Parts: sequence; C-alpha cells; structure tokens
Amino acid sequence: MAKSTQAAAHSPLANRIGPDGNPVALTERAHLGKINLRGDAGDKAFLDGVARAAGVAPPVKANTVATAGTTAILWLGPDEWLVVTPAGGQGAMESSLTTALAGQHVSIVDVTDARTTIRISGPRARDTVAKACPLDLHPREFAAGQCAQTLLAKTDVLIHQVGDTPAYDLYVLCSFSRYLWDWLADSAKEFA
Amino acid sequence: MTQKNRLAEGGRIDRAKPVSFRFDGASYSGFEGDTLASALLANNVHLVSRSFKYHRPRGILTAGAEEPNALVQLRQGARTEPNMRAPQIELFGGLVAESQNRWPSLEFDIGAINNRLSRLIPSGFYYKTFMWPASLWMTYERVIRNAAGLGRGPTEPDPDRYDHRNAWCDVLVAGAGPAGLMAALAAGRSGARVIVADEQSEMGGSLLSDTGEIDGKPPAEWVADALAELAAMPEVTVLPRTTVAGYYDHNFLTMLERVADHLPQPPQNTPRERFWQVRAKQVVLATGAIERPLTFIDNDRPGVMLAGAVRSYANRYAVLPGRKVVVFTNNDSAYHTAIDLAGAGAHVAIVDLRKAPRGAVIDAARAAGIEILDNHAITAVHGAKRVTGISVRNLDESGRGVTGPTRSMACDLVAMSGGWNPTVHLFSQSRGKLRFDDALAAFVPDKSFAAERSVGACKGSMQLAECLKDGALAGAAAARDAGFEAKKVPAIPKVASGTEGAMLPVWVVPSGQKLGRGGKHFIDFQNDVTAADLHLAHREGYVSVEHLKRYTTTGMGTDQGKTSNVTALAILAELQQAPIPAVGTTTFRPPYTPVTFGAIAGRNIGPFMDPARLTAMHDWHVAHGAKFEDVGQWKRPWYYPKGNESMHDAVNREVLATRSSVGMLDASTLGKIDIQGPDSARFLDMIYTNAWSKLPVGACRYGLMLREDGMVFDDGVTTRIAENRFLMTTTTGGAARVLGWLEEWLQTEWPEMKVYCTSVTEQWATIAINGPYARHVLGALTDDDKLGPKDFPFMTMREMTVAGAPARVYRISFTGELAFEVNVPRRHGHAVWEAVWQAGQKFGITPYGTETMHVLRAEKGFIIVGQDTDGTVTPMDLGLDWIVARKKGDFIGRRSFARPDTSREDRKQLVGLLTEDPHAVLTEGAQIVQETRPRPPMKMIGYVTSAYHSPVAGRSIALALVARGRDRIGDTLWVPRLDGGQPIKVTVTEPVFYDKEGVRARG
Repeated sequence: MAKSTQAAAHSPLANRIGPDGNPVALTERAHLGKINLRGDAGDKAFLDGVARAAGVAPPVKANTVATAGTTAILWLGPDEWLVVTPAGGQGAMESSLTTALAGQHVSIVDVTDARTTIRISGPRARDTVAKACPLDLHPREFAAGQCAQTLLAKTDVLIHQVGDTPAYDLYVLCSFSRYLWDWLADSAKEFA
Repeated sequence: MTQKNRLAEGGRIDRAKPVSFRFDGASYSGFEGDTLASALLANNVHLVSRSFKYHRPRGILTAGAEEPNALVQLRQGARTEPNMRAPQIELFGGLVAESQNRWPSLEFDIGAINNRLSRLIPSGFYYKTFMWPASLWMTYERVIRNAAGLGRGPTEPDPDRYDHRNAWCDVLVAGAGPAGLMAALAAGRSGARVIVADEQSEMGGSLLSDTGEIDGKPPAEWVADALAELAAMPEVTVLPRTTVAGYYDHNFLTMLERVADHLPQPPQNTPRERFWQVRAKQVVLATGAIERPLTFIDNDRPGVMLAGAVRSYANRYAVLPGRKVVVFTNNDSAYHTAIDLAGAGAHVAIVDLRKAPRGAVIDAARAAGIEILDNHAITAVHGAKRVTGISVRNLDESGRGVTGPTRSMACDLVAMSGGWNPTVHLFSQSRGKLRFDDALAAFVPDKSFAAERSVGACKGSMQLAECLKDGALAGAAAARDAGFEAKKVPAIPKVASGTEGAMLPVWVVPSGQKLGRGGKHFIDFQNDVTAADLHLAHREGYVSVEHLKRYTTTGMGTDQGKTSNVTALAILAELQQAPIPAVGTTTFRPPYTPVTFGAIAGRNIGPFMDPARLTAMHDWHVAHGAKFEDVGQWKRPWYYPKGNESMHDAVNREVLATRSSVGMLDASTLGKIDIQGPDSARFLDMIYTNAWSKLPVGACRYGLMLREDGMVFDDGVTTRIAENRFLMTTTTGGAARVLGWLEEWLQTEWPEMKVYCTSVTEQWATIAINGPYARHVLGALTDDDKLGPKDFPFMTMREMTVAGAPARVYRISFTGELAFEVNVPRRHGHAVWEAVWQAGQKFGITPYGTETMHVLRAEKGFIIVGQDTDGTVTPMDLGLDWIVARKKGDFIGRRSFARPDTSREDRKQLVGLLTEDPHAVLTEGAQIVQETRPRPPMKMIGYVTSAYHSPVAGRSIALALVARGRDRIGDTLWVPRLDGGQPIKVTVTEPVFYDKEGVRARG
C-alpha cells in the first residue's frame, strides 16, 4: 500500500479556529523548522561555525533572538539555542550545522515536530497572555526581539515577541497545544 | 418622597437615576451612587440584622469594609452570596437582599431568647458545656451552627466567569484617598509604571465625605482633577473597586477587582471578578484609618453608628440617618460630624468624655448652637430595635465611674467616636513592626521590612495637610527608588490647617452599674463579645492575646475585628495592668477583606483545570471509541470497547488478539531523551546499573536507574544511535523527572563530561506493533526487506521508511511477543497509525490500550516502575540481579548496596501470586499475611502490586512484594479482604506466567 508515497502530515491545531482580528488574532504557524542546538558559547569556533551555517551567530545575551533572513536563533540557555527556519528548512539547516560544526562537541537535534507555534497578535494580545503568565511583558521589559521560556496557563512555552503590535510566537509542545489554544481563545473572549 | 431621610440636596448620588430594590421582601428606592446601606438609611431602615450569638437587633454601624453588623444575603438563586457588607454593596436596579441569622423574621426572632439567657452563655460556654461526651460533639456542633449561623452558600453552580491577571509595576499605591492620590500623582509624573487601587467604586476616600477646600477647590473637585491627570498618564493604571487583599514576600501582592459586582449581572464574557497578582518594585500604602466604637452600655442598638460614617452618609450620600442626634466622643473628629449634621438641619448635642475640651472645632460647634456636655458619659441607651433616647451622667473624679444625677435625652441617632485605628493590616502582612502611639492611642507602623512606605492616616497622619504631604513625598521617593527621577517635586496642595485637641482614651465607659449588669458593653459586634467577656477570660487566666482571641472569639469572623481589636487589647492590658504594647496584637493575615473562591479559581475550572496532553493519534482513538485513562497529564487510550462490551471483555479480546495475531498500541507518551557527546557511554555507565560502553551501534538495551540510596527510580530501553549518540526512553510519568536528573548530575557532579541531553519525547509518534503477525504488518508498509531475525534481531534498531514516513523501528517488546516499535516524526503519526491499521486488517489487527498493555506485561512479569516499585525497592528485590554490573565500576546507587539494610534477608521481594480460586482477582494494594485471624491486627508480610485476569492463563494472576518472597515460592499465604469477607488463599510463584523461556519475542 502506501509504501512509497509520502505520508500525510498533520499539525495538532489544523482544525482549530480562533479569534481572527481585532483586538486579538490567533493563528498556527505549523511545521516551522526547529533545531535544538547545544554548544559552547565561549568557543569562537562554535560561534563562527553556527554563523556560517545559519547566517548569524547564536545570541549570547540571555533571552534574545538573532535573526538572518528567515532564520532565527532563540536563546534558551547559556549553552542551548533553538534555530528556527521556515517550514521544510530543518533538514538543510541540520546538515549545514553538522558540516560547519564537524569535530566539535555539540548537539544538533531536529525537534521540528516536538512543538508547534501559535502566533498571537493584536492590541489586546498582551492582556490575553498576561492573565496566566507571570513574566513582565511591558514593552520596557520585553520587546520585539526578545524571547523567554516561561509558564503560560500551566503550560511550558517559549515566547518570542516578533512585533510591536504586539505579536508573539508561542512555541508549545504539540501535546499541550490544543489546551493552550483553547485557553487563549477563551482568554481573548473578554476583549472581543 | 419615600426616602424620608434623604436630604434635599447635595451628595454624590445621581438623583436623575432612581433605583428600586428589595430588602427582606419590601420594596424601596434609592439612587445611583448609593450603597445598600445608604439607601436603607435613606428609607429610615436601621434594623438590618440579628447578632451572631444573642440575636440582638443590629443596625448599620459603619460606611465601609469594617462593617460588622450589616451583613446580608445578596441576590438569589445561583448568584446568591452570604455575609455581604451593606456599606460596600453598590445599589443596582432590581437588587434583592435579605437579612441573616433570624427566624422567622428580623422583627420577631425566636433566637433573641439567647439575649435573655446571656448570663447562662458566657464566653467559652460552648467549650465548657459540650466537651462531654466527645463523640456527641458532631451533633452538638450541627445544632450550634444552625443557631449561630451567618448566611447560606448557593446550592447551584456559579454561572459567572472569574479571571486572573498578572501585573508588574514600579509603584503600587494601595488606597486612593488624599495621601494615595498624591502619591500616585507624584510617582506617575516621574514616568514610573504605577498601579493605584482603591476598594471603593469612587476614588477619593475621605475627601468624598469632606467639606472645606483643597487648593481653593471643593475636595471632590480636587479629586476629579487628580483622577483626570492620572487617567491621562499612559503608564498609570487606575483600578477602582479593587481591594489590595494580600501583601507577601518580595513585594508580591494580590488584589481583588470587582469588575461587575455593581451590575445586575456581568455582561457576556466579562468576568465578575478579577484576581490580580502584582509584583511591585515599590509599594505605597495609603489605606486610611478605621474609627473605633466607644464601649458603652448597649452601644449596639440600631441607630448607634460611628461618627465618621454618619458624616459620610450625610455628605457623600445626602442621607441624614437621624434628626435628633447625640454625638458621643473622646476626640475632636466627631465635632466635624456634629457641625455637618447641624448644618443639614439635624438637632445635635455632643457628649464628650473629656473635661473642658478646647480648640477651633469646639468653638465652631458651639457657634453652630450645639450643646456640649463635657466630662459626661452615656450610661443607658433606650430603645431596642432603634435608639429612642439615652441617659447621661457626669464622670467622677477618677474618670472611671459616674456621679451625680441622670439626665435623659430623646434622640434617634447616636454618632460615636472612640478615636481612630490606622489601617495597618497590609503593613503588618508585609512583616512591618508596629508601635503604639500614645497620642492616638493606636498602633502605627514602626519598622518596615519591605520596599514599602505608609502614608496618611494609615501611618497616623490624621490631618489632611499631613496626608497630602506624606503622599507627595512618598510617591516621589518610591518612584526614585524604582529608578525614576521626578522632574519636579510635586507641589503640595494648600489646605486650611487645624490643630486637634488631645483625645482621651476611655476603653470602657462606666454605666454606674457592675459590668455586665443592666446591659452589655459590646467590643466585637460581629461575634457578640462584650467587655464582661474579656473580664471573665482574664479571671480564668487567659494571658496571651492569641488565646484570648480564640477563647472569646473577639476579632474573628468576616470582619476580623477591624473595629474591635485594639479596644480588646487595651482592655486586656488594663486588666493585666500592663502597657498596651506589652500585650501585643494578634497577627494580621491576608486577605484584608474576604476574597471569593471564584476569584481564586479564576478560569482554572472545567477543561482548563489542568492541561490535557494529547498524542498525534488522539483523534483516531476518539473516533474509534477509546476510553481514556489519565497518565500524568496525558490522555492515553485505556481500552477500545466494541459495542456494549464491558471493560473486562474488551481487555480479554485485546489481549488474546495480540497474543494470537497482532495488536497495536500508541506508545508515544514514553519519555525520549537524545544523549550526545564523546562521554555519553561513560555517562550512561554512571546513570544505569549495567554497562553501556560496549553496546554496538544500532543495538538496544534495557536499563534500570537508581537513586543514590540504591532504590529503583526509572527504567527503559536505550539505543545506541551512533558511536557518541544514544536515544534513552523513560517511563511516561518519569520523562521530565529523568531529564532533570540527568542535567543535575551533569551540571553539579560531572561538569567535565562532554554530554548534551535533549528531550525528544514529542518529536516522535510511537506505534508499537505486537504479536505473531507484527512482521507481516510492518513488511506491508516498508520496502526494507531485511526484517527477518538475522538482519533485524531482537533488541536492535533499524532506520527505514514506513508508510511513506522516515522511521526508526526498534525491535523491542513489552509484551513478550514479536514486536516492532515504529517511531515517526509526530506530524506523520496519525497517517502511519492509520496505515498500520489498514495493513493489519487482514490479520485482524486490534488496537489496545493501557489496560491490555498492563495485562500483557504482567503475564510476562515485566515491572512497571511506580506500580511494582515504591521507592524502597532495589533491583535485587525485583530479582534483577543480572542487571547490576558490580564489576564495571561506580554507578549511582552502588555504594548503597553495602548498607546492611539493602542486604537484609527479610526484604520484600517480587513474586507472583496465584489465587486458589482462579476467578478471584486480588485488589492491588491488598496486604498479605501468613496467618489469618478473625480481625486485625495481623502481621503483614507484603502487599499486592499488580493483579489482573490473564486471558492466556485463563485465571487471575498477581505480582506482589513479599518479605523473603523468593524463599516462599510454593507456600500458601492469605490476602484479607477490606469488605470483611473470607481471606483469599494464594500460592506464591515465580513472577512470570507466560512463555517463561522468552522465545516468542525473539522469533
């Protein structure tokens, strides 16, 4: 039977419909490429290697994001990053990182399917998230280009502010994603 | 005009918006801007409740959160709420409220007999009387609680939404009276992020009830200007109807915002209340002060009110609660009430405990034609359901008794003031230390231990000019400490300055009779605690204020003694002949006023109570009728009943299909950790009990992890993916714990090891194909033709394409059958599962859930960590000595095997149990004994860890941990039953019930 044809791909939020406009919009950015990268930020060879492969060096400042074109590198820890590519870009990124970092003690793991990404945007996006997120999301403290790993509605999320509207990309483990989506949609009802 | 006490003009009510409401079945009208209390008083309703213990008629005492008496049952049906404070209930159209703690009616209350019997039910009466026999306390308690009840809780589910909100700010200002508003303005002007919260619907605090001028403007106008300025500041959040309820460590505070309590019901999707969790860099407390009642005889009669409250009702709500008023005071503040009431047309007399008070405000009262009886005390209050008059006498030379003739005065209102207590509740919660101020005869903030400043009346500044100045300076300083320099020091508004005469603390006003005779001196109105009760407690030896509180109940209840605590302390101090500070205060605990459980729960109810984790195949399971089991947060298919099939039948069918043909299980939830680096094998040697360095690439191995104490902690199969890369699996529940464990050892003990761990649990969807036809099913889905036992032997892994998806296929088995665990990227999980299902049709492939998985593994004697182990079990206890490689060097837990306890001969060991009756399935957790007796105690020698009906054995099987278990194989033991039935006879066996040689999995 379906030996040779490519298996169908499903995202966990494929059938979810959320608020779609002002003051809050929810969309899924399904299947973004994601590589979990571990390495020594104090080693220039590592930083250079990543820069060669990804077009930009991994950020060393905590909770910041470095971007080059459509690639973003999110700081997760002193020796850990998430390299995000457009959907389908993870294979090429994994190969070029592996090549560029050959011989170094690093870890390059494709985690594309482990998480999905919920984009929440709109003038009340911050208020929607702040109901159950203990982080200070005020623009003076958390602005576009910053990321953080935190709890949102009892769910581990990696939050990346991508715009001043504001707009956030929430990277959430797929198993939690429907819970989080439904929670966000319910949270936004007050502002509709 | 039905509102006979409503003044013709003035007040902050909207006379264009009349509002009708019901209290105890009668209809009344008020205006928008009224509270339930002000509207009732406007309608000359003073009698609003019966007291807790004596069922005495009670009226409205206060105009704020401290109200002890006027508690009502608000609203009806699902939204009904007990113990709501009438002065804080905003009037809305259609409001329905009922009085509490009376039967059959407020006017005629049977329970009032308690007042007649009060000599028989002193403090501690219930403790003393109902102590014996102890077994009857439950019965007594029910009767007592019925007799001394507050309101009733609703019986229907709450229909409203509640929500939460996290917030951060540079400066949080609690209270928006003159001091709080000045602080908010000063901080806000610096650009700092400010939250200013006030419990009332309107901000302004005392200024809303005040006369006079600020900066040449009426106080209310100054408030409006200040609020307009704050509203225009983008970084300032103004929150009316918001009580700062709790002040915790590190300037973490909680607030309750009553978003829609003032409306008949919340608009759709609007929360009724919002619970705020605020992290503030700096806090300014501007919480004001609460007036003290005077403790005179029968001071609880309806129509006896606090003087400041009377002033508020007159000035803010345009309600004159009485026409003929006696103001009874020991300080100057009540004179403002007297003057304002006289100005509103009331006949006013002042009874002052002080001798010959002097000062501008006293002169002003005299000038207003008010009679002042100085050095006098009220010695009787006439009238029961409403005050009709009072008696006064001169104080004697000592000031502790009365002398001379009695003069009676008719009146319909007594406005009393015993001085003011700064509202130090939040300050105290923040760990601040209090100091007793002799001039105020009250506790004030002393040493602060938080980034906090108290300003205005809550720090003891009782003059308006001081309050404004305090607020301005503290607001600017708080902003500065948060990193914002004020551009200009805010100008302090100009107000008329006045000096106040000294107050005279009189803690118990003499009546000329022995305390407790002829009437009652109430201290705590809500709990019916009198001065005589405190004297009794003192005589009975209560010394500690904390004991006094619990014995007499003073300071308990919904108001937590806001009007009574300091007076009670002062009386106790007098009795002990000790200074008040030596007696100390009881502890102020959050919340300041009650917070609803709805607000605390927020939206964490129903589906949002806890995340439900779903696998990629979840929708398939739902569509195929799976029943689900919660495993941690995961929803795992438990079994898949067909039609009306019982669980027992479904599991039997699933087990037999898997043993005889092929079954499929969603195993995606197992933890998976990618381990990379040149020291990976060495790391695993330390983490697991067995040896890993020589494991070939592509091979799998079962491993046990121990804690330092040598006890089993987790288990799973780990595979060498490449020379320096492993894929570890963990139990479903242990996934996060094991990753944390690995990181802890790498980061704290072995930082030199070059190893990185990455969780990949969710990257992969896992489909376990088990059964004699497993290879046939897999073969139909892949072009890889090397699936035979030579090319793809047991305990190895191959990468291949399965049903069009890149897959890692592990030949491992948790059932004892030929098995392949197909791992594909999660996105393909659903499609590949469906393809396996389709390909398996001709073999009758059967999806099975966790229950069947448990039966299959138990038949093989495979343990489940956490079910067959409990944190006190070693590998040797489990009979897994073979997995402990003692020769390989160190590993976590190894040293503990040298402890005598881990080599005791009577340790519990894993064995099998077979019941004499093959149909009797033991209860998991049941205790095991060697000898039975008719009833406990019996010597327990172990317990059942797993018990199932085994379809292939055709009988029940069980695993158990039994002391010296392996020596007992063949012995007969007993399992007593909880239901008292005959103990079940069992035989001890090896813990393997099927395919003991293990040939099936290797085929």
